[in-house]
Amino acid sequence: MTAAETAAGGRLRRTLPRIPDRFAAFGAALIVIVVVASILAPWIAPYPDEPNPLELLRPPSAAHWFGTDQVGRDVLTRILYGGRTSLFIAVAVLAVSAVAGVTLGVVAGYAGGWVRDVIMRVTDVFLAFPALLLSLALAVVLQPSVNTVVLAIAATWWPWYTRLSASVAASIATRGYVDAARCLGVPAPLIILRHVLPNSLTPVLVQLSLDAGGVILTAAALSYLGLGAQEPTAEWGLMVQQGQTLFTTNWWVVTFPGLAILVTAFAFNVIGEGLRNALDPRSGGARQERAKPTSAGAAATMSTRVVK
Amino acid sequence: MARYLARRLGQALLVVAGVVMLTFAVMRLVPGDPAVAFAGPKATPEQLAAARERFGLDDPIPLQFVNYVRDLFTGDWGTSLRTRQPVRDDLYLAFPASLELVGAALVIAVLIGIPIGVLAARYKTKFPDFGVRFTSMLAVSVPVFWLALAMQLVFAGHLGWFPIAGEYDSSLDSTSPLTLWTNITIVDALITGNWPIFTSTLEHLVLPALVVAAYPTGMIAQMARAALIEESGQDHARLERALGFGETSILTRFALRPALSPVLSLIALVFAYSIVNGFLVEAVFNWPGLGRYAAESIKSLDTPAIAGVTLLVALVYTTANLIVDLLQGVVDPRARAR
Repeated sequence: MTAAETAAGGRLRRTLPRIPDRFAAFGAALIVIVVVASILAPWIAPYPDEPNPLELLRPPSAAHWFGTDQVGRDVLTRILYGGRTSLFIAVAVLAVSAVAGVTLGVVAGYAGGWVRDVIMRVTDVFLAFPALLLSLALAVVLQPSVNTVVLAIAATWWPWYTRLSASVAASIATRGYVDAARCLGVPAPLIILRHVLPNSLTPVLVQLSLDAGGVILTAAALSYLGLGAQEPTAEWGLMVQQGQTLFTTNWWVVTFPGLAILVTAFAFNVIGEGLRNALDPRSGGARQERAKPTSAGAAATMSTRVVK
Repeated sequence: MARYLARRLGQALLVVAGVVMLTFAVMRLVPGDPAVAFAGPKATPEQLAAARERFGLDDPIPLQFVNYVRDLFTGDWGTSLRTRQPVRDDLYLAFPASLELVGAALVIAVLIGIPIGVLAARYKTKFPDFGVRFTSMLAVSVPVFWLALAMQLVFAGHLGWFPIAGEYDSSLDSTSPLTLWTNITIVDALITGNWPIFTSTLEHLVLPALVVAAYPTGMIAQMARAALIEESGQDHARLERALGFGETSILTRFALRPALSPVLSLIALVFAYSIVNGFLVEAVFNWPGLGRYAAESIKSLDTPAIAGVTLLVALVYTTANLIVDLLQGVVDPRARAR
């Protein structure tokens, strides 16, 4: 809030969504730290990400802040590299699902009629599968790896964006400027691309920021179950799984990777909530969730945040 | 309302049909020959052929699908390759244990989530509000498997307050055997007055239920807070303020009731979510529910069992969504319009 308000010109204030409170600013700061630390991992990590038989399971110390693991790797180093894996998964999943989901959604919303019905019923089927469960089933079919995780989660994530952008696009399709374009003989694909799509994106972007934390948690869970990243890839969920038998004697091998997941998911959730509140000034988004008239309304808006 | 009901039911049926198709597709895609998995690695070609015959694996795919659907309707969900039991019987044992865990978790979530939501709304933007927002955000961001491991280590391992794992002390099976009615252990123990098993189950339930409760508690607190804040800005709240009611009594006496409607929908949705989220917790606490069954089935590539779990959970999801929409339709006539 302070930064935007002291910017005397006010132009910045108009272009940037106002950060509504310090809570969201705190989340934003955390994200910046996590992202920068992960990107810079190869340069700032205190040790190479390699086994060292002379340094097995050392407790946290000045030399190894977070200790070392069962093959002598520095846990802090692994966590920094693991951040790259988690952020890559989050970005890849959200990009794939947003592109697929929004494309279908905008077409469904603009076209209406039977096109919309067909797309939405298919979407409903995928929505009936909890993300983790379908990911489990898919991860069994495919060889476990980071790419499998991306594919498996994206396969369950896109319907949310279809639902969201379809309802937005449907309301935009009735606007005057869309009618005008249609009367001028602009072909439908161009109308969708130039008018409907750009105006449908804001809620999707907010939803993406709300979802990043959920994707990171789901990816960590899959890797924890052994269906995701494989040794020697550094991945936080995998680190917890590998360390869990040592938890009673060597607490640090489980505690720090878990904290890394918690902090990252927390930061994304906080910033997502902050963005949503900033764009919907009626605090908490409660009214928006309750007033939507469609069956995809109240339940869907809430469940986008919930049932993943 | 009748038309809305019919249309919404029709939609749900379509979804179920799609779910069945998708489950079937996933089953066909799983690597490994189910006949080999069933007959064992040392099976003779004759035994393999018999197994293929038995599962209809030589039939064309469309025919297999038709048979699969027909079997589902007649209550035959296939035979587990691992336990050699009908999948339906396995699920009938595992699902109640999951229900028990998630049910207990939701009771905790409602008992904690709603009061702290009220607290946050009462002291909006003050310290209690910040504390509630912070902790509820932590609760929805924590990786459950990690929280489960940590709670197990601290409260069961180091402090020894609770048992490490399991549903109840299995030695009680011989001293005070449990009569099964609902298959939900704690309910059966209660209605048959089996106190040793009841208290043992309760002790075993506390830690895993608290872990599963983290997410719903956070969600309910956030939703209750947002709904209450909105409700206390309505005209009726202004009137109550003018009549001299205090902020606390406005919230609890007038605003809470309308604010509970979105919270109730939320509960149905987090219930379905928590069943799957509970899978990870069941793995850590060795809880004999769906999650453990699913994990073991996945390890042994037990396709009929995996398909059974997938189908069951998808049905639970669809039902929960249906209930939410129907309730919404009853409460809010606008929801029926489209």
